[in-house]
Amino acid sequence: MSFQPVKFYQTGTYTVGNRLLAPDERSVQANQMRGNSINSGHRACQGCGEALGARYAIDAAMVESNGQLIAANATGCLEVFSTPYPESSWQVPWIHSLFGNTAAVATGIAAAMKAKGRHEVRVVAQGGDGGTTDIGFGCLSGMFERNDDVLYICYDNEGYMNTGVQRSSATPPAARTATTMPVGPEPGNVFGQGKNVPEIAMAHGIPYVATATVADLRDLEYKVRKAMRMHGARYIQIFVPCPLGWGTASHDTIRIARLAKESGMFPVFEAEHGEVTSVLKIRNKVAIGEYLKPQKRFAHLFGKHAHPETVARLQAIADRNIRKYGLLEEETD
Amino acid sequence: MPSKPFAITLKPGTSLANLTGTWRTARPVYLDRLPPCNNACPAGENIQGWLFHAESGDYEQAWRVLVQDNPLPAVMGRVCYHPCEGACNRGQLDSAVGINSVERFLGDEAIKRGWKFEVPAHGSGKKVLVVGAGPSGLSAAYHLACMGHKVEIHEAGPLAGGMMRFGIPKYRLPRDVLDAEVQRILDLGVTLKLNTKVASIDLSMRQGGFDAAFLAVGAHIGKRTTIPAGDASHIVDAVSVLRSMEGEDKPMLGRKVVVYGGGNTAIDVARTVKRMGGEPIIVYRRTRDKAPAHDFEIEEALQEGVMIKWLSTIKQAGAGEITVEKMELDDKGFPQPTGEFETLAADSVVLALGQDVDLSLLDGVPGLEVKDGVVQVAPNMMTGFPGIFAGGDMVPSQRTVTVAVGHGKKAARHIDAWLNGTNYESAAKHELAEFEKLNPWYYSDADKTVRPMLDIIRRQTSFDEVQGGLDETNALFEARRCLSCGNCFECDNCYGVCPDNAVIKLGPGKGFEFNYDYCKGCGICVAECPCGAIKMVAEDI
Ligand SMILES: Cc1cc2nc3c(=O)[nH]c(=O)nc-3n(C[C@H](O)[C@H](O)[C@H](O)COP(=O)(O)OP(=O)(O)OC[C@H]3O[C@@H](n4cnc5c(N)ncnc54)[C@H](O)[C@@H]3O)c2cc1C
Ligand SMILES: Cc1ncc(C[n+]2csc(CCOP(=O)(O)OP(=O)(O)O)c2C)c(N)n1
Ligand code: SF4
Ligand code: SF4
Ligand code: SF4
Ligand SMILES: [Mg+2]
Repeated sequence: MSFQPVKFYQTGTYTVGNRLLAPDERSVQANQMRGNSINSGHRACQGCGEALGARYAIDAAMVESNGQLIAANATGCLEVFSTPYPESSWQVPWIHSLFGNTAAVATGIAAAMKAKGRHEVRVVAQGGDGGTTDIGFGCLSGMFERNDDVLYICYDNEGYMNTGVQRSSATPPAARTATTMPVGPEPGNVFGQGKNVPEIAMAHGIPYVATATVADLRDLEYKVRKAMRMHGARYIQIFVPCPLGWGTASHDTIRIARLAKESGMFPVFEAEHGEVTSVLKIRNKVAIGEYLKPQKRFAHLFGKHAHPETVARLQAIADRNIRKYGLLEEETD
Repeated sequence: MPSKPFAITLKPGTSLANLTGTWRTARPVYLDRLPPCNNACPAGENIQGWLFHAESGDYEQAWRVLVQDNPLPAVMGRVCYHPCEGACNRGQLDSAVGINSVERFLGDEAIKRGWKFEVPAHGSGKKVLVVGAGPSGLSAAYHLACMGHKVEIHEAGPLAGGMMRFGIPKYRLPRDVLDAEVQRILDLGVTLKLNTKVASIDLSMRQGGFDAAFLAVGAHIGKRTTIPAGDASHIVDAVSVLRSMEGEDKPMLGRKVVVYGGGNTAIDVARTVKRMGGEPIIVYRRTRDKAPAHDFEIEEALQEGVMIKWLSTIKQAGAGEITVEKMELDDKGFPQPTGEFETLAADSVVLALGQDVDLSLLDGVPGLEVKDGVVQVAPNMMTGFPGIFAGGDMVPSQRTVTVAVGHGKKAARHIDAWLNGTNYESAAKHELAEFEKLNPWYYSDADKTVRPMLDIIRRQTSFDEVQGGLDETNALFEARRCLSCGNCFECDNCYGVCPDNAVIKLGPGKGFEFNYDYCKGCGICVAECPCGAIKMVAEDI
């Protein structure tokens, strides 16, 4: 367990708050006066996981930095839905970079603040998986390698959603997108390495790397706040389901994220200086099918022309994650 | 001089100008659903409602909410068969919330701390006669007194309590507990006339100038069966045995006591005999799973050394022994004789075959309907004679203390309306908070707290209470296991999970509100509310 869970048998640490918890045991999101870094009126789809994840993360970062925060933002849904000129939803100093250079822009801001002696001002960079794992990757790797004082947050919705659901190097195998095989014997994204940026970030040996999901708010806030207390290059990848791109019901966003974690498909862990220091254990393990079935992007794997072997290959990926990160609680007997 | 930088023509503004609520095709609304526990409680207790206060450690408030429906929580917490727990949604997660044990804790706490009912400020000027001081009569008296009516209870016996005192043994319901809860009701100004058997309801009402009456005389006449018996045989009925346990002269049953029947009364008699040093053996014509007694009671009796002969009927009773015939179940599950006989030593035979109602007080009252030995009542608990209501064991119903208490409450409401010349309309029932309406992910795992049991030697030799109670810490733990089915418990989930900040948190105790200007109707709040207190309704478009 990566954080101290509240021993509270009614809801534990699973709910956002609880009337019976001491105020310091509640999440940032439970606070009546929370910052709402992204204000209402943004144009994200119904049930957008990215809008939610960004508010969770930036609200926590704002609390930890006492409101002294500047955010750079790559092109992508988050930027487009929050800031259609001349309106903005952001209630933090915020700058739109290009699609591929947000890590570099953030580095520049951090350097400028340092030069001005504004040591209290902290910098985050944020982008989608496309802007992070693909086009922005060079800038990101440089930021890591120089250990620039930036927290980079990647909102991983496993595709280029803003431009119409194209494949990215974070798209999982077999998922259908606008740019993968629509039909044929093996439709959807190919099985391959993809690009596991959390692990690549760890390979840079930076102070802090973590993954999180919108289904585990307490864990997410803990990680953002911890990262904000550290200096140097830090990276957090947040799993944010996309109802439009994944073909899921808008009310299912959190459930899908929960199933990704509970199936082992998305391992939730944290690492310091290249070493895994804790993982969020699976609570009620589910078979991969439970995660895949509610998503239309995997619909071709089920039904009349089902692909059980493909499902089995995806299960194998989940199983490997479980083994590799030790996601299951050890049997005690 | 351009006031804006190059290429910028519009003033920057906030996205609040964009009312995304217009996208919505369905809207979330908060609602209260009926928790299955409340739905299953024969006394209509607002269980989730009182547990809510117990969860925060405010036991007095919890008790006050509880006694709005049931004035006998300490009794309930000991003798109620808790159908609420059978219905509790938590049973589908790990094990049901120990509702009954928390109820007992609250009841005992109230006695310890001396919490009292509030005496109503104004009297109605109406006078109601309650016949019988069993649970049903006491409950009706309590509710009627709270409504401001003058209540007089006429009780035939020497003490109040009915079957709670003269049936249920001490080892299950200590009498000081019963006395305390009865006294609290009397402190409301209820008059209790003991040793006052009502021989004719018509006469008693006229003599006392009563405006209405509630009858709750119970069922006290032990059913007989014809057993060929020699003169020397000693056959008695269970109810009189249990009743005499309360008096000076304890029943003389000898050492070997055969108890005939398979209901709770048979079990209580056998366990009582055991405690008096006898050797009880229950004879019952069917099997354990067909016996009307609750399985946990059979189990407790067996633990204490009560012997049970299943599938047996008594053929003959003689001096010092009886003959039983073995039975077998036919394909419809009915016991059929086998022709195989056996003799058992028996100094006495106690018949525990159920009870009939003594309806003689109703002789001559016109308009009454009596069927199967019980008085028929309308849905408002009124008999065929206007102004005379009835409840508990003497009307068609399940015979339990809790049902009797429920009848008393219901009758009181209708009597009150009747006295005012109106009709009592109960509020429409909320839709049920079924397990499928919950999102159980959010509850942490926590198994039920088991109540301590008295050690077996003391159970076999004394009338000390068998089942212990919870203490403060585990009562709080148990209360907090409640899932709060269908009723918001301020977990902040809806407030937290909305991607559009369209939930407004109003502050502690005030709940939440939707901001429909921005709610896009995604339904995440509904899906992630742990307890099913929000639902989506279609917009008219
Ligand atoms: C041995 C035994 C054990 C039981 N155990 C349980 C249990 O564990 N849990 C449970 O829920 N239920 C139990 N029951 C059932 C439960 O006790 C009854 O269903 C319940 O007491 C009925 O309540 P009542 O108010 O209708 O009648 P009673 O409790 O029978 O009270 C009726 C009262 O009316 C009085 N009365 C009768 N006639 C007159 C008259 N003409 N004038 C004035 N007063 C009169 C009687 O003296 C008596 O006090 C048990 C029953 C028995 C016999
Ligand atoms: C250099 C460049 N190439 C392409 C684009 C078009 N473009 C804008 S957003 C986007 C995809 C964004 O995907 P991702 O980073 O995953 O963010 P998401 O929208 O999924 O949140 C693309 C291809 C661009 N803005 N700039
Ligand atoms: S969990 Fe609570 S509200 Fe739900 S049925 Fe059980 S006691 Fe009642
Ligand atoms: S989560 Fe927010 S936007 Fe979605 S239905 Fe609920 S209030 Fe509306
Ligand atoms: S989600 Fe929590 S706070 Fe919101 S209605 Fe349900 S119980 Fe209440
Ligand atoms: Mg993306």
